[in-house]
Amino acid sequence: MDNMDKSFIEVENVSFSYYSDEDGESKQNKVLKNVSLSIKKGEFTAILGHNGSGKSTLAKLLNAINLPDEGKVYIDGMDTADESRLFDIRKTVGMVFQNPDNQIIAAVVEEDVAFALENIGVEPSEIRRRVDEALKAVGMYEYREHAPHKLSGGQKQRVAIAGVLAMKPECIVLDEPTAMLDPIGRREIMKTIKELNSLGVTIVLITHYMDEAAQAKRVVVIDNGEIVLDDTPKGVFSQAKKIKDMGLDVPQVTELTHALYDCGVGLDLDIITEDECYNALFELLK
Amino acid sequence: MIKDITIGQYFPGSSLVHRLDPRMKLGLTVMYIVMLFIAKGFLGLGVGIVFLTAAFLSSGIQLSLMTKSVKPIVPVILFTGVLNLFFVSTGEVLVSWGFIRITEDGLRTMIFMAVRIIFLICGTSLLTYTTSPIALTDAIERVLSPLRIIRFPAHEIAMIMTIALRFIPILIEETDKITSAQKARGADLESGSVLQRAKALVPILIPLFVSAFRRAEDLALAMECRCYHGGDGRTRMKQLKVGFIDWLALAVTSLFLAGVILLNIFLPL
Repeated sequence: MDNMDKSFIEVENVSFSYYSDEDGESKQNKVLKNVSLSIKKGEFTAILGHNGSGKSTLAKLLNAINLPDEGKVYIDGMDTADESRLFDIRKTVGMVFQNPDNQIIAAVVEEDVAFALENIGVEPSEIRRRVDEALKAVGMYEYREHAPHKLSGGQKQRVAIAGVLAMKPECIVLDEPTAMLDPIGRREIMKTIKELNSLGVTIVLITHYMDEAAQAKRVVVIDNGEIVLDDTPKGVFSQAKKIKDMGLDVPQVTELTHALYDCGVGLDLDIITEDECYNALFELLK
Repeated sequence: MIKDITIGQYFPGSSLVHRLDPRMKLGLTVMYIVMLFIAKGFLGLGVGIVFLTAAFLSSGIQLSLMTKSVKPIVPVILFTGVLNLFFVSTGEVLVSWGFIRITEDGLRTMIFMAVRIIFLICGTSLLTYTTSPIALTDAIERVLSPLRIIRFPAHEIAMIMTIALRFIPILIEETDKITSAQKARGADLESGSVLQRAKALVPILIPLFVSAFRRAEDLALAMECRCYHGGDGRTRMKQLKVGFIDWLALAVTSLFLAGVILLNIFLPL
Protein backbone atom coordinates (compact mmCIF):
# COMPACT_ATOMS: atom_id res chain seq x y z
CA MET A 1 0.00 0.00 0.00
CA ASP A 2 2.86 2.39 -0.73
CA ASN A 3 0.81 4.13 -3.40
CA MET A 4 -1.82 5.22 -0.89
CA ASP A 5 -0.58 8.77 -1.05
CA LYS A 6 -0.57 9.01 -4.80
CA SER A 7 -3.67 10.66 -6.05
CA PHE A 8 -5.71 8.27 -8.13
CA ILE A 9 -8.39 10.50 -9.60
CA GLU A 10 -7.23 13.94 -10.61
CA VAL A 11 -9.78 16.51 -11.75
CA GLU A 12 -8.02 19.68 -12.86
CA ASN A 13 -9.86 22.98 -13.38
CA VAL A 14 -12.75 21.33 -15.12
CA SER A 15 -15.69 23.19 -16.61
CA PHE A 16 -18.64 21.53 -18.25
CA SER A 17 -21.76 22.87 -19.95
CA TYR A 18 -24.90 21.37 -21.37
CA TYR A 19 -26.25 23.01 -24.47
CA SER A 20 -29.95 23.10 -25.10
CA ASP A 21 -31.81 24.43 -28.06
CA GLU A 22 -34.75 26.59 -27.10
CA ASP A 23 -36.78 28.40 -29.76
CA GLY A 24 -33.89 28.14 -32.18
CA GLU A 25 -31.61 29.79 -29.67
CA SER A 26 -28.70 27.81 -28.36
CA LYS A 27 -28.62 28.07 -24.58
CA GLN A 28 -25.59 27.27 -22.52
CA ASN A 29 -26.02 25.85 -19.06
CA LYS A 30 -22.74 25.77 -17.23
CA VAL A 31 -23.04 23.03 -14.63
CA LEU A 32 -19.43 22.77 -13.50
CA LYS A 33 -17.23 25.80 -13.02
CA ASN A 34 -13.51 25.36 -12.72
CA VAL A 35 -13.70 22.36 -10.42
CA SER A 36 -10.58 20.72 -9.08
CA LEU A 37 -10.61 17.57 -7.00
CA SER A 38 -8.18 14.85 -6.25
CA ILE A 39 -9.04 11.50 -4.77
CA LYS A 40 -6.56 9.01 -3.40
CA LYS A 41 -6.59 5.28 -3.84
CA GLY A 42 -8.76 3.51 -1.28
CA GLU A 43 -10.60 6.64 -0.19
CA PHE A 44 -14.33 6.70 0.51
CA THR A 45 -15.57 10.05 -0.70
CA ALA A 46 -19.15 11.23 -0.67
CA ILE A 47 -20.15 13.98 -3.06
CA LEU A 48 -23.06 15.89 -1.66
CA GLY A 49 -25.29 18.38 -3.37
CA HIS A 50 -28.91 19.11 -4.10
CA ASN A 51 -30.57 18.46 -7.47
CA GLY A 52 -28.92 20.34 -10.30
CA SER A 53 -25.78 21.12 -8.32
CA GLY A 54 -23.65 19.31 -10.91
CA LYS A 55 -22.79 16.30 -8.81
CA SER A 56 -24.01 13.72 -11.33
CA THR A 57 -22.21 15.54 -14.12
CA LEU A 58 -19.02 15.35 -12.10
CA ALA A 59 -19.54 11.60 -11.70
CA LYS A 60 -19.95 11.14 -15.43
CA LEU A 61 -16.63 12.88 -16.04
CA LEU A 62 -14.86 10.20 -14.04
CA ASN A 63 -15.25 7.43 -16.59
CA ALA A 64 -15.32 9.37 -19.81
CA ILE A 65 -19.08 9.41 -20.39
CA ASN A 66 -18.70 13.17 -20.40
CA LEU A 67 -15.52 14.90 -21.45
CA PRO A 68 -14.69 18.26 -19.88
CA ASP A 69 -15.06 21.44 -21.98
CA GLU A 70 -12.07 22.90 -20.21
CA GLY A 71 -9.54 21.28 -17.96
CA LYS A 72 -8.46 17.66 -17.67
CA VAL A 73 -9.52 14.54 -15.84
CA TYR A 74 -6.89 11.91 -15.12
CA ILE A 75 -7.70 8.43 -13.87
CA ASP A 76 -4.62 6.63 -12.58
CA GLY A 77 -2.55 8.78 -14.92
CA MET A 78 -4.81 8.21 -17.97
CA ASP A 79 -6.38 11.24 -19.61
CA THR A 80 -10.11 10.59 -20.09
CA ALA A 81 -9.95 12.50 -23.40
CA ASP A 82 -7.58 9.86 -24.78
CA GLU A 83 -9.88 7.58 -26.75
CA SER A 84 -7.37 4.76 -27.06
CA ARG A 85 -7.53 4.28 -23.28
CA LEU A 86 -11.35 4.39 -23.11
CA PHE A 87 -11.85 0.76 -22.14
CA ASP A 88 -8.96 0.87 -19.68
CA ILE A 89 -10.58 3.84 -17.99
CA ARG A 90 -13.98 2.19 -17.87
CA LYS A 91 -12.42 -0.97 -16.47
CA THR A 92 -10.71 1.08 -13.79
CA VAL A 93 -13.68 3.20 -12.82
CA GLY A 94 -16.99 1.34 -12.67
CA MET A 95 -20.28 3.20 -12.62
CA VAL A 96 -23.48 2.31 -10.78
CA PHE A 97 -26.58 4.33 -11.57
CA GLN A 98 -29.73 5.33 -9.77
CA ASN A 99 -32.32 3.04 -11.34
CA PRO A 100 -31.39 -0.61 -10.85
CA ASP A 101 -33.91 -1.75 -13.47
CA ASN A 102 -32.33 0.25 -16.24
CA GLN A 103 -28.80 -1.02 -15.83
CA ILE A 104 -29.37 -4.76 -15.72
CA ILE A 105 -29.07 -6.11 -19.24
CA ALA A 106 -29.62 -9.85 -19.04
CA ALA A 107 -32.66 -11.81 -17.90
CA VAL A 108 -30.63 -13.95 -15.47
CA VAL A 109 -28.58 -12.51 -12.59
CA GLU A 110 -25.31 -14.31 -13.35
CA GLU A 111 -25.53 -13.56 -17.06
CA ASP A 112 -25.81 -9.90 -16.23
CA VAL A 113 -22.81 -9.95 -13.94
CA ALA A 114 -20.88 -11.66 -16.74
CA PHE A 115 -21.85 -9.00 -19.28
CA ALA A 116 -18.89 -6.65 -18.80
CA LEU A 117 -16.41 -9.51 -18.76
CA GLU A 118 -17.85 -10.95 -21.96
CA ASN A 119 -17.48 -7.53 -23.54
CA ILE A 120 -13.81 -7.24 -22.70
CA GLY A 121 -13.14 -10.76 -23.93
CA VAL A 122 -12.19 -12.60 -20.76
CA GLU A 123 -11.75 -16.40 -20.92
CA PRO A 124 -14.98 -18.31 -20.07
CA SER A 125 -13.54 -20.16 -17.06
CA GLU A 126 -12.14 -16.89 -15.69
CA ILE A 127 -15.53 -15.20 -16.23
CA ARG A 128 -17.24 -17.94 -14.20
CA ARG A 129 -14.74 -17.50 -11.38
CA ARG A 130 -15.01 -13.72 -11.27
CA VAL A 131 -18.81 -13.73 -11.56
CA ASP A 132 -19.08 -16.06 -8.57
CA GLU A 133 -16.59 -13.94 -6.66
CA ALA A 134 -18.44 -10.70 -7.41
CA LEU A 135 -21.82 -12.21 -6.50
CA LYS A 136 -20.42 -13.51 -3.23
CA ALA A 137 -18.91 -10.10 -2.46
CA VAL A 138 -22.33 -8.44 -2.63
CA GLY A 139 -24.11 -11.38 -0.98
CA MET A 140 -26.20 -12.33 -4.00
CA TYR A 141 -24.59 -15.67 -4.83
CA GLU A 142 -27.69 -17.70 -3.91
CA TYR A 143 -29.71 -15.65 -6.37
CA ARG A 144 -27.39 -16.22 -9.34
CA GLU A 145 -30.00 -18.05 -11.41
CA HIS A 146 -32.93 -15.78 -10.59
CA ALA A 147 -34.65 -13.38 -12.93
CA PRO A 148 -33.77 -9.78 -12.00
CA HIS A 149 -37.34 -8.50 -12.15
CA LYS A 150 -38.32 -10.80 -9.29
CA LEU A 151 -35.72 -9.33 -6.90
CA SER A 152 -36.21 -6.41 -4.52
CA GLY A 153 -34.78 -2.99 -5.32
CA GLY A 154 -31.84 -3.40 -2.97
CA GLN A 155 -31.06 -6.82 -4.37
CA LYS A 156 -31.22 -5.52 -7.93
CA GLN A 157 -28.87 -2.70 -7.05
CA ARG A 158 -26.47 -5.19 -5.49
CA VAL A 159 -26.56 -7.20 -8.73
CA ALA A 160 -25.72 -3.99 -10.59
CA ILE A 161 -22.79 -3.42 -8.23
CA ALA A 162 -21.64 -7.01 -8.78
CA GLY A 163 -21.79 -6.42 -12.55
CA VAL A 164 -19.33 -3.56 -12.13
CA LEU A 165 -17.28 -5.33 -9.50
CA ALA A 166 -16.66 -8.30 -11.79
CA MET A 167 -14.48 -6.02 -13.95
CA LYS A 168 -12.21 -5.68 -10.89
CA PRO A 169 -12.29 -1.89 -10.98
CA GLU A 170 -10.06 0.05 -8.64
CA CYS A 171 -12.77 2.60 -8.12
CA ILE A 172 -16.55 2.48 -8.16
CA VAL A 173 -18.57 5.62 -8.70
CA LEU A 174 -22.14 5.30 -7.46
CA ASP A 175 -24.56 7.92 -8.71
CA GLU A 176 -27.35 8.11 -6.12
CA PRO A 177 -27.56 4.33 -5.86
CA THR A 178 -30.13 4.42 -3.07
CA ALA A 179 -32.46 7.11 -4.39
CA MET A 180 -35.06 4.64 -5.59
CA LEU A 181 -34.78 2.16 -2.74
CA ASP A 182 -36.70 1.61 0.46
CA PRO A 183 -34.91 2.00 3.82
CA ILE A 184 -33.99 -1.70 3.94
CA GLY A 185 -32.53 -1.56 0.45
CA ARG A 186 -30.61 1.60 1.34
CA ARG A 187 -29.09 -0.07 4.36
CA GLU A 188 -28.08 -3.11 2.27
CA ILE A 189 -26.34 -0.92 -0.29
CA MET A 190 -24.49 1.18 2.30
CA LYS A 191 -23.29 -2.01 3.98
CA THR A 192 -22.08 -3.39 0.65
CA ILE A 193 -20.32 -0.14 -0.22
CA LYS A 194 -18.49 -0.05 3.09
CA GLU A 195 -17.42 -3.67 2.74
CA LEU A 196 -16.02 -3.00 -0.72
CA ASN A 197 -14.16 0.02 0.57
CA SER A 198 -12.62 -2.05 3.35
CA LEU A 199 -11.34 -4.40 0.62
CA GLY A 200 -9.46 -1.48 -0.90
CA VAL A 201 -11.90 -0.32 -3.60
CA THR A 202 -11.95 3.45 -3.95
CA ILE A 203 -15.52 4.65 -3.54
CA VAL A 204 -17.09 7.84 -4.85
CA LEU A 205 -20.65 8.04 -3.60
CA ILE A 206 -22.89 10.70 -5.09
CA THR A 207 -25.82 11.29 -2.79
CA HIS A 208 -28.16 13.77 -1.27
CA TYR A 209 -28.77 11.74 1.86
CA MET A 210 -26.83 13.23 4.76
CA ASP A 211 -26.69 10.09 6.84
CA GLU A 212 -25.06 8.28 3.93
CA ALA A 213 -22.51 11.02 3.44
CA ALA A 214 -21.77 10.90 7.18
CA GLN A 215 -20.57 7.31 6.73
CA ALA A 216 -17.87 8.31 4.25
CA LYS A 217 -14.35 9.29 5.20
CA ARG A 218 -14.46 12.50 3.22
CA VAL A 219 -17.34 14.70 2.15
CA VAL A 220 -17.21 17.04 -0.82
CA VAL A 221 -20.12 19.47 -0.98
CA ILE A 222 -20.90 20.85 -4.38
CA ASP A 223 -23.26 23.73 -4.99
CA ASN A 224 -23.98 25.54 -8.24
CA GLY A 225 -21.17 23.77 -10.04
CA GLU A 226 -18.53 24.67 -7.49
CA ILE A 227 -16.94 22.78 -4.64
CA VAL A 228 -17.82 24.69 -1.49
CA LEU A 229 -16.72 22.31 1.25
CA ASP A 230 -14.22 19.47 1.26
CA ASP A 231 -13.51 17.95 4.63
CA THR A 232 -14.16 15.00 6.91
CA PRO A 233 -17.85 14.39 7.68
CA LYS A 234 -17.36 15.92 11.11
CA GLY A 235 -15.71 18.99 9.63
CA VAL A 236 -18.48 19.43 7.08
CA PHE A 237 -21.48 18.87 9.31
CA SER A 238 -20.16 21.04 12.11
CA GLN A 239 -20.82 23.91 9.72
CA ALA A 240 -24.53 23.26 9.94
CA LYS A 241 -25.57 26.77 9.00
CA LYS A 242 -23.58 26.85 5.77
CA ILE A 243 -25.01 23.48 4.74
CA LYS A 244 -28.55 24.62 5.42
CA ASP A 245 -28.02 27.83 3.45
CA MET A 246 -27.30 25.68 0.42
CA GLY A 247 -30.67 24.00 0.75
CA LEU A 248 -29.24 20.78 2.16
CA ASP A 249 -30.14 19.08 5.38
CA VAL A 250 -27.73 18.04 8.08
CA PRO A 251 -28.01 14.63 9.76
CA GLN A 252 -30.69 14.60 12.46
CA VAL A 253 -28.04 13.99 15.11
CA THR A 254 -26.22 17.17 14.07
CA GLU A 255 -29.49 19.04 14.16
CA LEU A 256 -30.05 17.87 17.73
CA THR A 257 -26.56 18.63 19.01
CA HIS A 258 -26.62 22.10 17.47
CA ALA A 259 -30.02 22.85 19.00
CA LEU A 260 -28.82 21.68 22.40
CA TYR A 261 -25.61 23.67 22.02
CA ASP A 262 -27.59 26.81 21.25
CA CYS A 263 -29.52 26.26 24.47
CA GLY A 264 -26.29 26.19 26.34
CA VAL A 265 -25.76 22.46 26.71
CA GLY A 266 -22.09 21.64 26.56
CA LEU A 267 -21.90 19.16 23.69
CA ASP A 268 -19.24 18.60 21.05
CA LEU A 269 -20.46 19.95 17.72
CA ASP A 270 -18.72 17.30 15.65
CA ILE A 271 -20.99 14.46 16.67
CA ILE A 272 -22.48 12.88 13.55
CA THR A 273 -23.47 9.32 14.28
CA GLU A 274 -26.31 8.12 16.45
CA ASP A 275 -23.97 6.08 18.63
CA GLU A 276 -21.73 9.04 19.34
CA CYS A 277 -24.72 11.16 20.20
CA TYR A 278 -26.13 8.50 22.45
CA ASN A 279 -22.84 8.17 24.32
CA ALA A 280 -22.42 11.92 24.67
CA LEU A 281 -25.93 12.38 26.01
CA PHE A 282 -25.45 9.44 28.33
CA GLU A 283 -22.30 11.00 29.76
CA LEU A 284 -24.07 14.30 30.13
CA LEU A 285 -27.05 12.93 31.98
CA LYS A 286 -25.15 10.59 34.23
CA MET B 1 -54.09 -9.75 -15.25
CA ILE B 2 -51.44 -8.87 -17.86
CA LYS B 3 -48.85 -10.32 -15.52
CA ASP B 4 -50.06 -13.81 -16.35
CA ILE B 5 -48.56 -13.67 -19.82
CA THR B 6 -45.48 -15.84 -19.87
CA ILE B 7 -43.25 -15.17 -22.79
CA GLY B 8 -41.63 -18.18 -24.37
CA GLN B 9 -43.79 -20.54 -22.28
CA TYR B 10 -40.80 -22.30 -20.79
CA PHE B 11 -41.39 -25.08 -18.29
CA PRO B 12 -38.21 -25.92 -16.41
CA GLY B 13 -37.30 -29.55 -16.04
CA SER B 14 -34.39 -31.94 -16.15
CA SER B 15 -35.59 -34.47 -18.71
CA LEU B 16 -33.51 -35.75 -21.59
CA VAL B 17 -35.16 -33.23 -23.91
CA HIS B 18 -34.48 -30.38 -21.49
CA ARG B 19 -30.84 -31.32 -21.25
CA LEU B 20 -30.14 -31.35 -24.98
CA ASP B 21 -27.88 -28.62 -26.30
CA PRO B 22 -30.20 -25.80 -27.47
CA ARG B 23 -28.41 -25.57 -30.81
CA MET B 24 -28.92 -29.27 -31.37
CA LYS B 25 -32.55 -28.98 -30.33
CA LEU B 26 -33.02 -26.16 -32.83
CA GLY B 27 -31.46 -28.31 -35.54
CA LEU B 28 -33.53 -31.35 -34.61
CA THR B 29 -36.71 -29.28 -34.71
CA VAL B 30 -35.83 -28.17 -38.22
CA MET B 31 -35.24 -31.81 -39.18
CA TYR B 32 -38.62 -32.70 -37.71
CA ILE B 33 -40.33 -29.96 -39.72
CA VAL B 34 -38.60 -31.23 -42.86
CA MET B 35 -39.89 -34.71 -42.00
CA LEU B 36 -43.47 -33.46 -41.86
CA PHE B 37 -43.20 -31.53 -45.07
CA ILE B 38 -41.52 -34.08 -47.29
CA ALA B 39 -43.81 -36.90 -46.18
CA LYS B 40 -45.95 -37.82 -49.17
CA GLY B 41 -48.42 -40.11 -47.42
CA PHE B 42 -49.98 -40.89 -44.09
CA LEU B 43 -47.33 -43.50 -43.39
CA GLY B 44 -44.56 -40.90 -43.66
CA LEU B 45 -46.54 -38.52 -41.51
CA GLY B 46 -47.02 -41.36 -39.04
CA VAL B 47 -43.24 -41.73 -38.70
CA GLY B 48 -43.03 -38.02 -37.80
CA ILE B 49 -45.84 -38.45 -35.28
CA VAL B 50 -44.12 -41.41 -33.66
CA PHE B 51 -40.94 -39.31 -33.41
CA LEU B 52 -42.75 -36.41 -31.73
CA THR B 53 -44.65 -38.71 -29.38
CA ALA B 54 -41.37 -40.28 -28.25
CA ALA B 55 -39.81 -36.87 -27.67
CA PHE B 56 -42.94 -35.64 -25.94
CA LEU B 57 -43.12 -38.63 -23.59
CA SER B 58 -39.49 -38.28 -22.58
CA SER B 59 -39.89 -34.52 -21.95
CA GLY B 60 -42.38 -34.88 -19.10
CA ILE B 61 -44.49 -32.03 -20.50
CA GLN B 62 -48.20 -32.38 -19.75
CA LEU B 63 -50.54 -33.32 -22.57
CA SER B 64 -52.91 -30.48 -21.63
CA LEU B 65 -50.15 -27.98 -22.46
CA MET B 66 -49.87 -29.46 -25.93
CA THR B 67 -53.59 -29.20 -26.58
CA LYS B 68 -53.47 -25.64 -25.26
CA SER B 69 -50.83 -24.73 -27.81
CA VAL B 70 -52.91 -26.16 -30.65
CA LYS B 71 -56.12 -24.36 -29.65
CA PRO B 72 -55.31 -20.93 -31.10
CA ILE B 73 -54.67 -22.35 -34.56
CA VAL B 74 -57.91 -24.35 -34.81
CA PRO B 75 -59.53 -21.63 -36.97
CA VAL B 76 -56.57 -21.78 -39.37
CA ILE B 77 -56.88 -25.56 -39.60
CA LEU B 78 -60.63 -25.33 -40.24
CA PHE B 79 -60.16 -22.65 -42.88
CA THR B 80 -57.49 -24.51 -44.83
CA GLY B 81 -59.46 -27.72 -44.34
CA VAL B 82 -62.61 -26.27 -45.87
CA LEU B 83 -60.66 -24.79 -48.77
CA ASN B 84 -59.03 -28.15 -49.49
CA LEU B 85 -62.33 -29.94 -49.18
CA PHE B 86 -64.06 -27.78 -51.77
CA PHE B 87 -61.31 -26.99 -54.20
CA VAL B 88 -59.62 -30.33 -54.70
CA SER B 89 -61.67 -31.82 -57.50
CA THR B 90 -59.78 -34.94 -58.44
CA GLY B 91 -60.71 -38.43 -57.34
CA GLU B 92 -64.01 -40.17 -56.76
CA VAL B 93 -66.95 -37.89 -55.98
CA LEU B 94 -68.43 -38.55 -52.56
CA VAL B 95 -71.03 -35.81 -52.24
CA SER B 96 -72.45 -33.67 -54.97
CA TRP B 97 -74.83 -30.87 -54.12
CA GLY B 98 -75.35 -28.08 -56.61
CA PHE B 99 -71.97 -26.76 -57.62
CA ILE B 100 -70.31 -28.20 -54.49
CA ARG B 101 -68.52 -31.44 -55.02
CA ILE B 102 -66.63 -33.21 -52.30
CA THR B 103 -64.18 -35.77 -53.61
CA GLU B 104 -62.23 -38.50 -51.93
CA ASP B 105 -58.96 -36.69 -52.70
CA GLY B 106 -60.31 -33.50 -51.18
CA LEU B 107 -61.23 -35.24 -47.96
CA ARG B 108 -57.87 -36.97 -47.86
CA THR B 109 -55.95 -33.70 -48.41
CA MET B 110 -58.01 -31.99 -45.72
CA ILE B 111 -57.18 -34.57 -43.09
CA PHE B 112 -53.55 -34.76 -44.22
CA MET B 113 -53.06 -31.00 -43.98
CA ALA B 114 -54.82 -30.74 -40.62
CA VAL B 115 -52.67 -33.47 -39.09
CA ARG B 116 -49.54 -31.89 -40.54
CA ILE B 117 -50.29 -28.42 -39.11
CA ILE B 118 -51.30 -29.77 -35.69
CA PHE B 119 -48.09 -31.75 -35.33
CA LEU B 120 -46.01 -28.92 -36.68
CA ILE B 121 -47.31 -26.69 -33.89
CA CYS B 122 -46.85 -29.43 -31.28
CA GLY B 123 -43.25 -29.94 -32.35
CA THR B 124 -42.28 -26.29 -32.20
CA SER B 125 -44.16 -25.90 -28.91
CA LEU B 126 -42.14 -28.74 -27.46
CA LEU B 127 -39.01 -26.76 -28.35
CA THR B 128 -40.13 -23.61 -26.53
CA TYR B 129 -41.60 -25.58 -23.62
CA THR B 130 -38.31 -27.32 -22.92
CA THR B 131 -35.81 -24.57 -23.80
CA SER B 132 -35.48 -21.37 -21.80
CA PRO B 133 -35.76 -18.22 -23.93
CA ILE B 134 -32.22 -17.32 -22.88
CA ALA B 135 -30.82 -20.64 -24.07
CA LEU B 136 -32.79 -20.28 -27.26
CA THR B 137 -31.42 -16.78 -27.89
CA ASP B 138 -27.95 -18.09 -27.24
CA ALA B 139 -28.48 -20.94 -29.65
CA ILE B 140 -29.79 -18.62 -32.35
CA GLU B 141 -26.77 -16.34 -31.95
CA ARG B 142 -24.36 -19.23 -32.28
CA VAL B 143 -26.17 -20.94 -35.12
CA LEU B 144 -26.34 -17.70 -37.10
CA SER B 145 -22.86 -16.43 -36.27
CA PRO B 146 -21.19 -17.98 -39.36
CA LEU B 147 -23.44 -15.66 -41.38
CA ARG B 148 -21.46 -12.72 -40.05
CA ILE B 149 -19.20 -13.20 -43.06
CA ILE B 150 -22.01 -11.82 -45.20
CA ARG B 151 -22.54 -9.03 -42.61
CA PHE B 152 -25.60 -10.66 -41.09
CA PRO B 153 -26.02 -9.07 -37.62
CA ALA B 154 -26.27 -12.31 -35.61
CA HIS B 155 -24.96 -10.83 -32.37
CA GLU B 156 -27.13 -7.74 -32.63
CA ILE B 157 -30.27 -9.79 -33.17
CA ALA B 158 -29.47 -11.94 -30.16
CA MET B 159 -28.78 -8.83 -28.06
CA ILE B 160 -32.12 -7.33 -29.08
CA MET B 161 -33.85 -10.55 -28.05
CA THR B 162 -32.00 -10.62 -24.72
CA ILE B 163 -32.93 -7.04 -23.90
CA ALA B 164 -36.52 -7.65 -24.99
CA LEU B 165 -36.74 -10.66 -22.69
CA ARG B 166 -35.36 -8.58 -19.83
CA PHE B 167 -37.68 -5.62 -20.35
CA ILE B 168 -40.96 -7.31 -21.24
CA PRO B 169 -41.86 -7.97 -17.57
CA ILE B 170 -40.77 -4.45 -16.60
CA LEU B 171 -42.87 -2.83 -19.31
CA ILE B 172 -45.85 -5.03 -18.50
CA GLU B 173 -45.64 -3.94 -14.87
CA GLU B 174 -45.32 -0.34 -15.98
CA THR B 175 -48.38 -0.65 -18.23
CA ASP B 176 -50.34 -1.89 -15.22
CA LYS B 177 -49.14 1.06 -13.17
CA ILE B 178 -49.95 3.65 -15.85
CA THR B 179 -53.37 2.07 -16.41
CA SER B 180 -54.15 2.39 -12.71
CA ALA B 181 -52.87 5.96 -12.64
CA GLN B 182 -55.01 6.94 -15.62
CA LYS B 183 -58.05 5.19 -14.17
CA ALA B 184 -57.51 7.14 -10.96
CA ARG B 185 -57.63 10.29 -13.08
CA GLY B 186 -60.98 9.20 -14.50
CA ALA B 187 -59.91 7.51 -17.72
CA ASP B 188 -62.63 5.20 -18.97
CA LEU B 189 -61.03 2.13 -20.52
CA GLU B 190 -63.82 -0.40 -20.36
CA SER B 191 -66.93 1.07 -21.91
CA GLY B 192 -67.81 2.42 -25.33
CA SER B 193 -67.32 1.10 -28.83
CA VAL B 194 -64.16 -0.60 -30.01
CA LEU B 195 -63.00 2.67 -31.54
CA GLN B 196 -63.60 4.59 -28.32
CA ARG B 197 -61.74 2.01 -26.30
CA ALA B 198 -58.85 2.10 -28.74
CA LYS B 199 -58.75 5.86 -28.37
CA ALA B 200 -58.76 5.53 -24.60
CA LEU B 201 -55.50 3.59 -24.88
CA VAL B 202 -53.61 6.65 -26.13
CA PRO B 203 -53.10 8.13 -22.63
CA ILE B 204 -51.58 4.80 -21.63
CA LEU B 205 -49.37 4.27 -24.63
CA ILE B 206 -47.81 7.73 -24.68
CA PRO B 207 -46.39 7.63 -21.12
CA LEU B 208 -45.32 4.05 -21.76
CA PHE B 209 -43.35 5.06 -24.84
CA VAL B 210 -41.78 8.05 -23.12
CA SER B 211 -40.69 5.86 -20.26
CA ALA B 212 -39.41 3.15 -22.61
CA PHE B 213 -37.21 5.67 -24.40
CA ARG B 214 -35.89 6.98 -21.12
CA ARG B 215 -35.06 3.44 -20.02
CA ALA B 216 -33.36 2.77 -23.35
CA GLU B 217 -31.14 5.79 -22.85
CA ASP B 218 -30.19 4.73 -19.32
CA LEU B 219 -29.55 1.19 -20.47
CA ALA B 220 -27.34 2.33 -23.34
CA LEU B 221 -25.28 4.37 -20.89
CA ALA B 222 -24.96 1.47 -18.46
CA MET B 223 -23.92 -0.85 -21.29
CA GLU B 224 -21.30 1.61 -22.45
CA CYS B 225 -19.95 1.89 -18.94
CA ARG B 226 -19.47 -1.84 -18.96
CA CYS B 227 -17.37 -1.68 -22.11
CA TYR B 228 -20.01 -2.87 -24.56
CA HIS B 229 -18.84 -2.35 -28.13
CA GLY B 230 -20.79 -4.85 -30.20
CA GLY B 231 -20.02 -8.45 -30.90
CA ASP B 232 -16.35 -8.10 -31.87
CA GLY B 233 -13.94 -9.86 -29.57
CA ARG B 234 -16.73 -10.88 -27.24
CA THR B 235 -16.47 -14.08 -25.22
CA ARG B 236 -19.25 -15.93 -23.44
CA MET B 237 -19.37 -17.25 -19.90
CA LYS B 238 -21.50 -20.26 -20.76
CA GLN B 239 -19.88 -22.53 -23.28
CA LEU B 240 -22.30 -24.84 -25.01
CA LYS B 241 -21.07 -28.39 -25.35
CA VAL B 242 -22.47 -30.99 -27.69
CA GLY B 243 -22.32 -34.21 -25.70
CA PHE B 244 -23.13 -37.87 -26.15
CA ILE B 245 -26.90 -37.50 -25.72
CA ASP B 246 -26.91 -34.78 -28.38
CA TRP B 247 -25.20 -37.01 -30.93
CA LEU B 248 -27.52 -39.84 -29.94
CA ALA B 249 -30.55 -37.61 -30.46
CA LEU B 250 -29.17 -36.54 -33.82
CA ALA B 251 -28.67 -40.17 -34.84
CA VAL B 252 -32.21 -41.12 -33.83
CA THR B 253 -33.70 -38.12 -35.63
CA SER B 254 -31.66 -38.91 -38.76
CA LEU B 255 -32.99 -42.46 -38.71
CA PHE B 256 -36.55 -41.18 -38.57
CA LEU B 257 -35.86 -38.72 -41.39
CA ALA B 258 -34.31 -41.49 -43.46
CA GLY B 259 -37.39 -43.60 -42.72
CA VAL B 260 -39.67 -40.89 -44.09
CA ILE B 261 -37.54 -40.56 -47.23
CA LEU B 262 -37.53 -44.33 -47.79
CA LEU B 263 -41.30 -44.48 -47.31
CA ASN B 264 -41.65 -41.69 -49.85
CA ILE B 265 -39.73 -43.72 -52.38
CA PHE B 266 -41.13 -47.19 -51.79
CA LEU B 267 -44.51 -46.75 -50.12
CA PRO B 268 -45.92 -43.29 -50.89
CA LEU B 269 -49.32 -43.90 -49.31
